[in-house]
Amino acid sequence: MSINASALAPRSTLLPGTVVLVSAIALLILGSFWTLDLQVAALLSADGLAKLREFARGFAPPDLSPKFLNRVAVGAFETLAMSALGTVLAAIVGLLLALPASRITAPWLRQGARLVLNLLRSIPELVWAALLVIAAGLGPFPGTLALAIHTAGVLGRLFADTLENLPPAPAEALRINGVSPAAVFLYAKLPQAAPQFLSYVLYRWENNIRAATVLGVVGAGGLGQLLYFYLSLFQMEQVATVVLAMLALVVMVDTMSYFARQKMTS
Amino acid sequence: MNDSIYRLRQLCVRHAGSRPDTPCVLKDLDLDVARGEQIVIIGPSGAGKTTLLSALALAHQPDAGSFEAFGGRPWQLTSSERHALRRRIFLAPQAPPLPPRQRVVTAVLAGKLPQWSLWQAIKSLVYPRQAVLAYAALEVFNLGEKLFARVDRLSGGERQRVSLARLLVADAEVLLVDEPLSALDPRLARHTLARLQQEAARRGATLICSLHQIELAHAQFARIIGMRDGRLQFDCPRAEVTQAMLATLYAGTDEEAFGVEQPEVEIADARCR
Amino acid sequence: MNSLKSRLPMPAAADGSGRFRDPAWRRRLSWTLLGLVLAWPLLVATQFKPWQLFDATSLDATLKFLATFLPPALQPGFLLEILKAAWITIAIATAGLSLALLLAIPLTLIATTRLSISRIGRARMNALPFVIRQCARWVLVILRSVPELVFALLFVRIVGLGPTAGVLALTLAYAGLAAKVFAEIIESNEGEAAEALLQNGAGRLQALLYGVLPGCATELVSYTVYRWECAIRGSVIMGMVGAGGLGQQLDTSMKMLNGGEVATILTVFVALVALADVLSARLRRTMA
Repeated sequence: MSINASALAPRSTLLPGTVVLVSAIALLILGSFWTLDLQVAALLSADGLAKLREFARGFAPPDLSPKFLNRVAVGAFETLAMSALGTVLAAIVGLLLALPASRITAPWLRQGARLVLNLLRSIPELVWAALLVIAAGLGPFPGTLALAIHTAGVLGRLFADTLENLPPAPAEALRINGVSPAAVFLYAKLPQAAPQFLSYVLYRWENNIRAATVLGVVGAGGLGQLLYFYLSLFQMEQVATVVLAMLALVVMVDTMSYFARQKMTS
Repeated sequence: MNDSIYRLRQLCVRHAGSRPDTPCVLKDLDLDVARGEQIVIIGPSGAGKTTLLSALALAHQPDAGSFEAFGGRPWQLTSSERHALRRRIFLAPQAPPLPPRQRVVTAVLAGKLPQWSLWQAIKSLVYPRQAVLAYAALEVFNLGEKLFARVDRLSGGERQRVSLARLLVADAEVLLVDEPLSALDPRLARHTLARLQQEAARRGATLICSLHQIELAHAQFARIIGMRDGRLQFDCPRAEVTQAMLATLYAGTDEEAFGVEQPEVEIADARCR
Repeated sequence: MNSLKSRLPMPAAADGSGRFRDPAWRRRLSWTLLGLVLAWPLLVATQFKPWQLFDATSLDATLKFLATFLPPALQPGFLLEILKAAWITIAIATAGLSLALLLAIPLTLIATTRLSISRIGRARMNALPFVIRQCARWVLVILRSVPELVFALLFVRIVGLGPTAGVLALTLAYAGLAAKVFAEIIESNEGEAAEALLQNGAGRLQALLYGVLPGCATELVSYTVYRWECAIRGSVIMGMVGAGGLGQQLDTSMKMLNGGEVATILTVFVALVALADVLSARLRRTMA
């Protein structure tokens, strides 16, 4: 008995739809590279690598003089403050917007609130900061506001989705006993959703510390402003210190947030 | 003071959001309830007991028939007037509707919310000044020591009793209770039910309770309503409810009625008013 | 409940008058006070003075700027510029993400313990592979923690203004993020398939392709699509420091206080992000 080898071979599982999809993606990637005409070759040439090495050497040793470290510390604290205050303000505003955005019984109100939230979160923090610098001048204040506005959109959306997906029994029971909507929220929905809310807020703080470090590039204070200043003067030792400070700040906030979340779930 | 609390005629109630051609969950319901009465509703699962209690709590708009409460027609009022009417009624659902991480004192004091202004509600969240009220209500069911415990640290039976404590704290004229004893052992169940009835009688409140424990229902309540397949099978004073009626009520279902023998012959429904 | 039995057993939290002390009150009060105490230096450090927004000069500047927003700039020449810039933004995002994935694959291979050959049959690896793995992990941590804008700024200094800086910045930043997520996805699945292959003498790459990837393919692709959306937003942000695309246009228009152009660019950007959102949702749904 001979075995029909072709019958044993695995059949191709490629559907025509998948083929089209994969080709489209491939086309997108190729088109991107072709449009951009990257000079990566020049970068990786002997000359390019030499330039890179020269550039990298400028970073060492990082400037650790006490006077400069003091400036960096002030900038770091400014950045930390921006991220913390911005996140807290965003939580408050986000919660206020999440209330109408989760009222399924009032569709127009809900859509309107969600539209506002989408608008706030679609525009990146840096763009908000650049706009607010025009209104509020330079410094950390527009940076804080920019973080607050953008994050309010993100948190508001997350809060609203959480509120809509809560188990309905506690709120329903209060409502049916004649309790006003505001009190139903305070006594049923908020206690149910609070752990999730806090988790989101901590997670956004991790994100915001990274965003806050760079808002200074458009003049909104903090380490970013220092970075931009020394970079434009090509003073790489100072740039190195600032970048190290940014790293330390990010790692610190990540760790604090991690421990806070561990404590909450215990 | 109008003495009639409820007056239902030929009531038909469907599940929320059902199409008009689906059959009613509650069919052709006639019911009169006077102030201060204590009534128990029994029947097999799926009979519509919970739906009836929901309808009485003004949670469920009837699809047909006449529904009067407190001498008026609530479903012809405006939404806010109806909501005001709901404050006079308290519905305790079957599963205790308590947020898991809330403390017992807050969960119980939530019964006072219909009487409180928003400002009072907020103040109580910050510091529960009326904890004494909550404690007294919990003590009726021997649960006073759990005043400041978290709801999710309680057993099922304890949570059920916390839900009843909330009912006691509320100032409602009509108390609707759905299966309040399902997580309690027989001795505790009898004690809890007795205390509940005592409190209702003391206030002159109307109590309507649905129960699975037929023996208890028969022993404790003066008026018994039997429901099956969405209809009232009987609505009688205790003395007129016979074993045969109970057997018919549960005939053919999987439920075991306490000490009830299945009759060889189907006996016609007896309705008392 | 107006009548209290006089001989109620009181829990510990009762004071003599029959009222109850809330045991959680002290803790809550301390945390609130701590929060207020911490809030003060935060407000000072961020120079939080909301009233500044409403003083005469800034209000004047704000209103003047806002007034220029309408009508939005809709001249055909300008619109064409913006659409070209939008394409460049997409291109930067796509190219950057592709290179990032390319870079992430070897980094993941080095960093994950699933594919350790020296670990087969024993609990621990040899010293040298262990050190290399730790170094790789630390490199990834650094790549992840440096904000991509910082990379963009540095690369603009090295290779000059334009999309190349943006692409390189995205490559490095996203390689770090992607490698971490790849490693987590890989390590969360059962490792037997990969281990079996390695024990039978397969190379690491083969173990990855045939042992690990088939199980995680959907999650990996889903994450990649999500990263593409982020890359589009990121490339606009980097454009604001000179890395080309919509971001650079936005920066130029804002510096000239040309609100009409800013309005158009922002609208195009929001539309672009919404489009990417819809595309990625559809893509993830067809793959599920």
